[in-house]
Amino acid sequence: MPKPMADTVQIDGVSNSSARSSRHSLRKRISRNWELYLLIAPAFLYFLIFHYGPMYGIQIAFKNFMPARGITESPWVGFDHFIRFFNSYYFWDLIRNTLTISLYQLIVGFPLPILLALAFNEIKNGWFKRTVQTVTYAPHFISVVVMAGIIVTFLSPSTGIIINIIEWLGFTAPNFLTDPAWFKTMYVLSGVWQSTGWGTIIYLAALSAVDPQLHEAAIMDGASRWRRIIHINIPTIIPTITILLILNVGSILGVGFEKILLLQNPLNMSSSDVIDTFVYRTGLLNVQYSFSTAVGLFNSVINAILLIAVNQIARKTSENSLW
Amino acid sequence: MAAVIKESKTDRIFLLFTYLFLAIALLCVLYPLVYIVSASISSPTYVNSGEMWLLPKGITFEGYQRVFENQAIWRGYANTILYTVVGTLVNLLVTIPAAYALSRSDFVGRGFFMGMFLVTMFFGGGLIPTYLLVKELGLINSMWALILPGAASVWNIIVARTFFQSTIPKELQEAAHIDGCTNLRLFWKIVIPLSSPIIAVMALFYGVGHWNSYFNALVYLNDEAKYPLQMVLRQILVLQEMNSSGIGTATSGETAMAMNARADVAALLKYAVIIISTLPIIAIYPFLQRYFVQGVMIGSVKG
Repeated sequence: MPKPMADTVQIDGVSNSSARSSRHSLRKRISRNWELYLLIAPAFLYFLIFHYGPMYGIQIAFKNFMPARGITESPWVGFDHFIRFFNSYYFWDLIRNTLTISLYQLIVGFPLPILLALAFNEIKNGWFKRTVQTVTYAPHFISVVVMAGIIVTFLSPSTGIIINIIEWLGFTAPNFLTDPAWFKTMYVLSGVWQSTGWGTIIYLAALSAVDPQLHEAAIMDGASRWRRIIHINIPTIIPTITILLILNVGSILGVGFEKILLLQNPLNMSSSDVIDTFVYRTGLLNVQYSFSTAVGLFNSVINAILLIAVNQIARKTSENSLW
Repeated sequence: MAAVIKESKTDRIFLLFTYLFLAIALLCVLYPLVYIVSASISSPTYVNSGEMWLLPKGITFEGYQRVFENQAIWRGYANTILYTVVGTLVNLLVTIPAAYALSRSDFVGRGFFMGMFLVTMFFGGGLIPTYLLVKELGLINSMWALILPGAASVWNIIVARTFFQSTIPKELQEAAHIDGCTNLRLFWKIVIPLSSPIIAVMALFYGVGHWNSYFNALVYLNDEAKYPLQMVLRQILVLQEMNSSGIGTATSGETAMAMNARADVAALLKYAVIIISTLPIIAIYPFLQRYFVQGVMIGSVKG
């Protein structure tokens, strides 16, 4: 018979002994597991220094940061940078580009992995399914530089394969790489090509939780595949869809700027400049630290507000939300 | 097993369309990939005119030859291998122990730590404050500027924690405690050997991340000799192309034909370099696809 372990029986880390001895065993519980704190120390230090540390530096958005004087000694200027940003001639262009690209990406790119996952789910496991999955997952692993390189090469005037195909079909190909009107389409469609396959994984995981008995019963009742998908599969993955949608909207102002940075050039800038690329350019290339930090902060705050708002909507209208 | 029920006509048509849809998806993704491979060994004239559109034509290995002769690419490759190995090691050292600690239900304060980590997913200092911090730490132009700012990702910590929670039985740990085993020994001798799947998945996720990254190098490195492969690629694939509009201007002494030839080989080089730089990932991908997918599935179910 094992000896009673009153102070070691844990349920969710809460000891079930009395209040006084629970305070006692709190210290005991901490000290007994001191090594666990050692294990988590590297991660704790990492986040503290490299994530919370910069948060201290955010204050330069409200200051006129002078590197020579350091953060604390630089003078306060309040909301000057924000006002300057809001009044600038490019403010609306940046917002418009950022929002348009995000929404475009959302409308085109969000449903496709769902549809593809539903399709995968319908066919039996065999070489065809595995092949399609393996192939469609692959583009996810291509680096953003190589992806940009592929885009640039394929759309290169007169030599790119897509240009050649278009002209072979009898049309004149626009200059995709420099025409502002085509930038967003080029950006979004290449993103879809790269990420749709990989994006199905999360939905496939959710679909694997569908109770096969539901399907059997539905088949017995004479329901077609189509109806079964609509009434069984889709409702099962609605929670997943909601969560991912919230996350997507919450980062709506943080468009994948690494790729944009590679594809933007002076000719398509009017359509390709987004808030993040602007922050990069003004901050690191033009060395306007305070101003670009203010713009970046504006971006983060809007994202956070959107995230909370959408989460609240989701919470009120369904049972699914991030928190 | 129930008798096979004959599929109704509508169902068969629906299935047909599903297969069609998947076949189209397959072709859409496959075609560019096949084209790149073919183009890298085809004669530039055929590639540029569009005569080569699927299978190689006018087979030539000059593109690959040019790649092998290019010093910058080799240097970039070596740098990237170094950054990836060291970086992934750091990632594992930070992520795995933390995930294990967080998986222990008797770990006082796990809620605090988890919350602290999660907040950073949604809010952060931003590009400039982070840059200033790295500068303050004296890491500019060093390998550590590429490795330390990304030492751990919250997503991966969550995935690893889920793994620990579902794989390491509590009884095992309690038994070890009764036997007087300290937490560190428990971690080192028992947990680690049991967690080779998750270590493999984490190493893959982080490793691929390091291999493919360019932005940190762009921001923090000034020395071209330290550039990782992706930065070199950026110069060849992206920046060079933007100058193609200047190809119309002839340099003195060069005939138009020589210039075109130069431009042609430049295009050929690009396809070859795309293949060469993605080669390691292509090589391990088919074998390890399963692990990648599992990793995402673990994370998504819990997340």
